Amino acid sequence: MTDFWVTNFQVLFSGLALGSIYALVALGFVLIIRATNVVNFAQGDFAMLGGFAMVAFLAAGLPYWLAIVMALVMMGVFGIIFNLGVYYPLRNRSYLPVIISTLGASIFMQNTVLYIFGPQPKPMDKVFATQGINVGGVFMDTQYLTILGVTAIALVFQYVLFEKTLLGKKLQATSQDKDMARLVGIPVAWMIAFTFCYSAVLGGLAGILVSPVLFVSIGMGSIIALKAFSATIIGGFGDVTGAIVGGLLLGVVEAFGAQYISVPYKDAFAFLLLFLFLLVRPQGIFGEKISEKA
Amino acid sequence: MKKLLFAMILGIALAILPYFIKVSPYVLNMFMQAATYAVVVLGMTVVLGYAGQINLAQATFFGLGAYAVGLGTTDWGISFWLSLVLGVAAATLAGFILGLTTLRLKGHYLAMITISFQQIFDLVLVNWIDFTHGPDGIAGIGRPSIFGFSLNDDRAYLLLCILVLYAAIYFVWKLPQTELGRAMRAVRENELAAEVTGINTLKIKVTAFTMSATLAGLGGVFYAAGFAYISPDNFNFARSIEFLTMVLLGGAQSAFGGALGTGLLILLPEWLRFLKEVYLAVYGLAVILIMVFLPTGIWGLFSAWRAKYRSVPKTDVSHVKALDIQIPTSDPEPILKLDNLQKHFGGVRAVDGISLDVSRGMIHALIGPNGSGKTTILNVLNGIYRATAGSIVCDGVNITDKTPHERAALGIGRTFQNIRLFPALSVLENVMVGAQRENNPIDKGHVALRERALSALQFVGMAEDAEVIVQNLPYGHQRLVEIARALAGYPKFLLLDEPAAGLNQTEKKSLAKLLLRLKTHGITIFLIEHDMSLIEAVSDKITVLNFGKKIAEGDPAYVLRHPEVMAAYLGEAGHGAA
Repeated sequence: MTDFWVTNFQVLFSGLALGSIYALVALGFVLIIRATNVVNFAQGDFAMLGGFAMVAFLAAGLPYWLAIVMALVMMGVFGIIFNLGVYYPLRNRSYLPVIISTLGASIFMQNTVLYIFGPQPKPMDKVFATQGINVGGVFMDTQYLTILGVTAIALVFQYVLFEKTLLGKKLQATSQDKDMARLVGIPVAWMIAFTFCYSAVLGGLAGILVSPVLFVSIGMGSIIALKAFSATIIGGFGDVTGAIVGGLLLGVVEAFGAQYISVPYKDAFAFLLLFLFLLVRPQGIFGEKISEKA
Repeated sequence: MKKLLFAMILGIALAILPYFIKVSPYVLNMFMQAATYAVVVLGMTVVLGYAGQINLAQATFFGLGAYAVGLGTTDWGISFWLSLVLGVAAATLAGFILGLTTLRLKGHYLAMITISFQQIFDLVLVNWIDFTHGPDGIAGIGRPSIFGFSLNDDRAYLLLCILVLYAAIYFVWKLPQTELGRAMRAVRENELAAEVTGINTLKIKVTAFTMSATLAGLGGVFYAAGFAYISPDNFNFARSIEFLTMVLLGGAQSAFGGALGTGLLILLPEWLRFLKEVYLAVYGLAVILIMVFLPTGIWGLFSAWRAKYRSVPKTDVSHVKALDIQIPTSDPEPILKLDNLQKHFGGVRAVDGISLDVSRGMIHALIGPNGSGKTTILNVLNGIYRATAGSIVCDGVNITDKTPHERAALGIGRTFQNIRLFPALSVLENVMVGAQRENNPIDKGHVALRERALSALQFVGMAEDAEVIVQNLPYGHQRLVEIARALAGYPKFLLLDEPAAGLNQTEKKSLAKLLLRLKTHGITIFLIEHDMSLIEAVSDKITVLNFGKKIAEGDPAYVLRHPEVMAAYLGEAGHGAA
């Protein structure tokens, strides 16, 4: 391959890996949007918490794999607490108080972690000791490969969970029509609690995966969340496939933007793409236009 | 008036206080910060509190004002006042453009897009070092002088800031009672109803957003000159959230609430010093707690408490004039002509080729089983839905492609099956919004609007309750207010969607009388109704729909005994009304 193609594949590869992280967090967003019709602005901080939990468990001397399991379990429990404290009391109000409440939760989570761990970003080991593999001149970092692999597995898992199990059907019923779901005996409050639990685990997983690449820091969640949320809009608000495609697309656009246009403004590309979509196609790639009922 | 005078004297006394008692520079700085932030937060009152639109980029507009003064008085060497004009203009323009491009979107989208805008602004401030000085910020920002009197003294400058703040409070305090402010609140309460009542909702939202940006820019200008140093940290997302928290804590729906919230949140860190590092965590927690326990903020709580102990007086109706409305009906040309109207939702043909004429001065009923497309027709007539095909001509004007508020401006009024009023506004204000529609043939000004609204209320027998908040009215009365709101707009054509739904027998009888009275004023009524006795009592003509198609049309005696109608509408073995 010529240098030109090697470079481009290299950029594409890292873009897809980063995009997978956005996709994972975006999926968490979408699940909560579908279940509750509100956006959780603390979704990115789930990733941050996952990263810090991992750091703490590793520091406590747990083996890497066990630390991952423990961190994910902790995130699941945290998701339920989050639901009870931040969403549940406001469930019957409009979206605005809920948005603001999740923003408050985000400030709370970041500053509590800051208090406990201090401002210094923490490094984290990769999952595999090998640095990477070379495929036709393109260097593939093992962590990036791990990210891509785990994301793929998570997507398959989610597909099976939602489409092939009774729990999944109940969750779908809850997101489509809460009143009807309640009438046929589905415990709606539990379904929503489960959704928060699952989204927190997804967010935590994204945080754990991305930590060896980015360092674990207080602010890592906010920027990931913004990108992930942009991804959900670009893909189509509330659409699962859209979240994944949108996340990957954003990662790739960002990687190429940084390579060919500007590194300091790397983060702006995602937002410019978002602006563009909102102006030209606000319903996103897979979204349908919906109008208010009179 | 006395209260206002008292407030002004108290306010001025407070502002000149530092001249009489010794105040440390630290405290003066704190007040300066509070006064300038409060101006910014008042912008949030307008956009969030009045118009109900979320804005998470207030710090960018604040920053545009601040950087204009920062760069203007240092790098560019222009005067403070010119910088002020530039800064406020830049903030206003940015607000206008951002608002115009994004306010068609709702809720979450708007929240997200404003955050994105905030992030881009932050990136530019930090990275465009040649222009903004980057993370180092700008030092040595100049202060103004007035008539040769320099404001380098902190006390004098604080006085100026406080005067600006008072002006802003006065403006924001008066706004809700103006046509613009009332329109904003109507949009907040029920955007769809506001649009159908004749408010150009996009224009109102953009105006609110722009005003909010203007106030933020103004606050930024005085902030920068006050502290003489600014850096990107002052204008990031966290600051936007801080402004948001301030307005929510104080109470978003009142100018005083915004100012109060700002003061509290600036002082709070001083009082909570013992919390040290956990302060921000507590702050985040406080945001959640405010949302859960204080949804209307401190001022909202105070107003609610005051309202509880003050009964609403009956409005004196002795001077209310009779409603002046008389629509000519001599023209034989139908007022409404539908030609092959279609509305499809995906594969569903909700309205499937309806052609229909409505004659002037008639009560024309549209009936049909559930799901036959009745409400869809009304929504297409109103412009809430765009027709898939076909045309709508109302009084000689083709309105097929017009927006709902443009149709309202032509004299098309509407009520909804599930009442859509502006719940937190008073009865009178609700109806005044109706009277505000464009082209309404009444005099200009507040007095005329009020008179018109009272007359419309009197017409439906609700004028005595003019000052009651609508959500406290019983259901049947709310229906009447909704009709009055439409009447205040001088409608020649009235669309009523199941006006009798939920009414008891007595209320239904008086509704029938009301409809017949409207008819004597020449108003054409097109109504959907399920109550057959009401329809028989009032309608001149009936059109029957089934599966989006017209199956019968004619006078009640003919239509209600039409075999196809009996079969479709009442079921094969139907007895009585469905």
